Amino acid sequence: MIPAPFDYVAPTTVDDAVRALADAGEDAKVIAGGQSLLPVLRMRLAAPTKLIDLGRVAELRGIREEGGHVVIGAMTTHYEIQRDPVVDTHLRLLRLATDTVADPQVRHRGTLGGALAHADPAGDLAAPVLAMDAEFVLCGMDGRRTVPAAEFFVDYFTTALRPDEIVVEVRLPKLTGWHAHYEKFNRVAQAWSIVGVAACLRVDGGVIAEARVGLTNMGSVPLRATEVEAALVGHPATAATVRAAAAHAAEGTSPAADGNADREYRQHLARVLTDRALTAAAGV
Amino acid sequence: MRITVSVDGTAYTDDVEPRLLLVHYLRDKLGKVGTVVGCDTSNCGACTVHVDGHSVKSCSMLAVQADGREVTTIEGLARDGKLHPVQQAFHDNHALQCGFCTPGMIMQAIDLLADHPDPDEETVRSGMEGNLCRCTGYQNIVRAVRDAAGRMRPGAGPEAERVEQRSAQLSGGE
Amino acid sequence: MTATAEPEVGKARLRKEDARLITGRTRWTDNITLPGLLHLAFLRSPVAHARITAIDVSAARSMPGVIAVFTGRDLADEQGSLPCAWPITEDMKAPNAPSLAVDEVNFAGEAVAVVVARGPYEAADALSAIDVDYEELPVVLDMAAALADGADLVHPELGTNKSALWVFDSAQAGTGGDVDLAIAEAEVLIERTYRQQRLIPAFMEPRSVVVDPTGEQYTMWSATQIPHILRLMVALTTGIPEHKVRVIAPDVGGGFGGKLQVTPEEVVSLLVARRLGKPVKWTETRSESLLSAHHGRDQVQKLTLAARRDGTVTGLKVELLADMGAYLRLVTPGVPILGAFMFNAIYKFPAYHFACTTVFTNKTPTDAYRGAGRPEATYAIERLMDELAAEVGMDPLAVRELNWIKHEEFPFTTVAGLEYDSGDYEAATAKAKELFDYDGLRAEQAERRARGDVVQLGIGISTFTEMCGLAPSRVLGALSYAAGGWEHAAVRMLPSGKVEVVTGSSAHGQGHETAWSQIVADQLGVPFEDVEILHGDTQTSPRGLDTYGSRSLTVGAIAVVKAAEKVVAKARRIAAHLLECAEDDVEFSAGAFSVRGTDKLVAMSDIAFAVFSAHDLPEGMEPSLDAEATFDPENFSFPHGTHLCAAEVDTETGAVRLRKYVCVDDIGKVVNPLIVEGQVHGGLAQGIAQALYEEAVHDEAGTLVTGTFADYLLPSAADLPAFVTDRTETPSSTNPLGVKGVGEAGTIASTPAVVNAVVDAVRHLGVNDIAMPCTPMRVWTAIQTGRPDAGGPGSTEAGGGLGSLSGGAQ
Repeated sequence: MIPAPFDYVAPTTVDDAVRALADAGEDAKVIAGGQSLLPVLRMRLAAPTKLIDLGRVAELRGIREEGGHVVIGAMTTHYEIQRDPVVDTHLRLLRLATDTVADPQVRHRGTLGGALAHADPAGDLAAPVLAMDAEFVLCGMDGRRTVPAAEFFVDYFTTALRPDEIVVEVRLPKLTGWHAHYEKFNRVAQAWSIVGVAACLRVDGGVIAEARVGLTNMGSVPLRATEVEAALVGHPATAATVRAAAAHAAEGTSPAADGNADREYRQHLARVLTDRALTAAAGV
Repeated sequence: MRITVSVDGTAYTDDVEPRLLLVHYLRDKLGKVGTVVGCDTSNCGACTVHVDGHSVKSCSMLAVQADGREVTTIEGLARDGKLHPVQQAFHDNHALQCGFCTPGMIMQAIDLLADHPDPDEETVRSGMEGNLCRCTGYQNIVRAVRDAAGRMRPGAGPEAERVEQRSAQLSGGE
Repeated sequence: MTATAEPEVGKARLRKEDARLITGRTRWTDNITLPGLLHLAFLRSPVAHARITAIDVSAARSMPGVIAVFTGRDLADEQGSLPCAWPITEDMKAPNAPSLAVDEVNFAGEAVAVVVARGPYEAADALSAIDVDYEELPVVLDMAAALADGADLVHPELGTNKSALWVFDSAQAGTGGDVDLAIAEAEVLIERTYRQQRLIPAFMEPRSVVVDPTGEQYTMWSATQIPHILRLMVALTTGIPEHKVRVIAPDVGGGFGGKLQVTPEEVVSLLVARRLGKPVKWTETRSESLLSAHHGRDQVQKLTLAARRDGTVTGLKVELLADMGAYLRLVTPGVPILGAFMFNAIYKFPAYHFACTTVFTNKTPTDAYRGAGRPEATYAIERLMDELAAEVGMDPLAVRELNWIKHEEFPFTTVAGLEYDSGDYEAATAKAKELFDYDGLRAEQAERRARGDVVQLGIGISTFTEMCGLAPSRVLGALSYAAGGWEHAAVRMLPSGKVEVVTGSSAHGQGHETAWSQIVADQLGVPFEDVEILHGDTQTSPRGLDTYGSRSLTVGAIAVVKAAEKVVAKARRIAAHLLECAEDDVEFSAGAFSVRGTDKLVAMSDIAFAVFSAHDLPEGMEPSLDAEATFDPENFSFPHGTHLCAAEVDTETGAVRLRKYVCVDDIGKVVNPLIVEGQVHGGLAQGIAQALYEEAVHDEAGTLVTGTFADYLLPSAADLPAFVTDRTETPSSTNPLGVKGVGEAGTIASTPAVVNAVVDAVRHLGVNDIAMPCTPMRVWTAIQTGRPDAGGPGSTEAGGGLGSLSGGAQ
């Protein structure tokens, strides 16, 4: 299929991009990697009047360390993240989740910022960055602001981005030495997650010192399984601890029902997959 | 918009609508009909080409996004009348039947082998997950990719393209 | 049969076809461009059933680059009614089937208008400017409800949603006993209802058609399996004389029955090209293809199997509802009837009854999809044999062995009245068991059950047969099919000794060019490379009935053999003349004719040149070696095999993983083992996909919700296992090559093998059925509750997929 006509601009700086977005008004759309947007445009599910392509904004691309943080430019591709040693060392959960995104061709074009700003509840990166307490650096006409992940995701396909804002970078605290796993459940390899669970743990002397668990597609936004986290911390890193904690995974969730999973099955999957994610992460 | 794209080693300059998909640019403007369109949602991978040495689905990229970049299609693989080792392996292993998915499969296989020069079966299967075939059940495709890995001398993959591209990108203002 | 020293038939020849396909040097219909080519785009109904009260095309017509817009009303006088060539009963009800809807639409996706524009982008843009007023009508979706008294009607003018009732009864036919008696006296009754979900053929190349009206003939390129049938049918439908139409099927990217059709778009393209006097092209999008190209399967099977307590089957009663969709396309009603003869499969049922009611609904028309009728039948009987085994407490293989036809009993006339020519079910099963390690896996299964492992192991069996090679004409006639089943071929000896072979078979991925070349090389004793296969163009291949139903090798290639035999016979006469001996003294071997007992010989290529020069030919002989032949077989061929599947079921999530798949197929003599293996692999993938992944789902409004590849799930390499394939070889006695068909075998056999494995893995947990596709939710729910069909049929949202694309995107 063929997209409806639109104007196109490819700024080379963040400031130009923001100005272009502000000038273009409501019907403009930002295109990052375009791997979700292009199919939407082709199916004519959306028909923006103008596309603002961030593909040529060099400052949006790249991975750097800043003290206790790793900062990833919004236009850094999934492929770059998969292969980056800094990410692998300090943000293992993000790398593991990124490995499961779509397919290799899509990972070559698709970007971290684009995927997160798309805010698809079935997308695999939102739950991990939520679990990792990431912060989003956004830029608009009024300058930059930082939004924690917990406030960035607002609803289905809706974020805290204002109409003139773009994601500049994602700042993630280093979780060096943490154990991590992303457990994705879907029907065929390239399908979206029915449910996904992002888990990372810091184990100190056989005891779980810190725990973070994020849930994919268990609601309109990615969720933290806080009851699970609470049930883990301070307990020995054993299968019994994990099993008992995972039983809380669906608490407070209200997932959608569709042909692949009704609500009950999704909640069941959340418990099972949380158990598996934690078990794999902790190596118990 | 005016774009300049290198496709299979030839530079082309064209005025295009912003909405023109890269795959339609290749097929309809340049006559590179070896690259085909199989779906609307970037699931099938039939349109896979290399942009700056990495596999992408040319149905999910605009022609204007390819401005200043190097594109390699199935038609640009054979050198000096000699098939690329992956092409040869697809033939030798009966890895195609109707052949419609084949250009995309071959382009993705080359990309896969650049990152995994000696892939096991599972690596091949997961590395080809973005390409659908309805004829072969994939068994011979997997066999062909692994066979090609054995035949490819170092540098036969798109590493060469990728190296060239890095400098091209830099000069392109990235 | 004469042969070269080393026969080509049987060799794993690499394919001739590949050279262009691996380099992108292809001729897909969508690649064709012509001077002044115009592009078509179809506007399709968003609603499943409605009266069209008004269409306003004026805004679309005035858009830049738009040449014309036509509605069904505009073409009403010339578009005719799309053909159905298989009226299964005398009183079958068939609605008028316009290519463009005129007064009403009967399924979501039906074409209502066509835009003609300078380019495809302009054509697509104009679609949204067409304004159609629909007055919605009640939507008929469920077959049982459609047959109830007072049901809403798809086609009120027919007075019913029932198209036909087709019955076969062995007592009436004299081929067996009375099934009701068998049921009354049964010690064991297995009663089940199985659903064959709606599938979409999903060939990789979207359909495309180009029509050039500028020559004396209208030339139509189409991504079709059936150029010959298409030529006749568009002529009959539009009234354009047949000799004024030429159809070309260039490279065609898969079909699987999905391109066995005369489509609305082909007819409209022809009419628009005629109107405008300009060449036109239409290429569908994938979503258009999933929505409007014909679907497959969609049956509800009510089954009653009668047996004795010792496991011996005594009767089988089959009552089908088959969903036609909104219209009867080319062979829509015949598809379920092709299954009528296969429910009894390889087993010696003494009594059999089959009744199929064909039903209209407001859905995309169904028609052939790989296997067409036979997968449905095979699924039903192979599932039932497992259920019988469970009921009587036997190993499912033992129950099958108890009931199947023994190899010494061939030829065997079945309760359905077919004569199976050959087979050896014992041999195939023995080989499969060994390759599979049947006993070892059964032991592991027992161990996992005892341990209560989260991952349970199941073993699925399918000992299948099928009838293939459609053909023979007299049988097709008896089944009320409008055409015959013969095939045509011609062999042309070129002066330089090279050979052109014309075949009526129309390959779209099968590798005919390679296989036919091997056959001809043996027949004529010429090198494989010296043979060129011409097909898919009604101008070069004037007669043919095309490729479907695993018929190309068993019918089409036999016609090639017959034509080659005629060439050899002519050449032998000339050889005798040149060698100055009696014709009886001439021997033909390895491409040369020799005088028996001497070293005098003359090569086929020398004879070809002698005929070309025509200086010295036998008295009264015309200077041509060329010959043609039309072959019509006496019987079908009956491939069979044993497929064994080991599936691991994650009882906590319901996820299914295929651990091992072994199949041993008996397809008779093999021309090219490489091609055979490829056909089996691909067939398995499609059959497995029906078992686990694919389903065309409509919501309660009749909208297809699996309208993209994000929702209609085809498996990728990452979702399928490696297959272990092997063969036994029992030559067919119905053709001179001893070959059977292989195109559909894998698809037919694998679906029940997989579902049997899944059910077997969790049977001890109280499960005896899981509806296809066996999604994780269905499997998990079945384990929890015994309910087989969680989430469907017809659950309203596809889940994930494009739903996940419809929001804002960055």
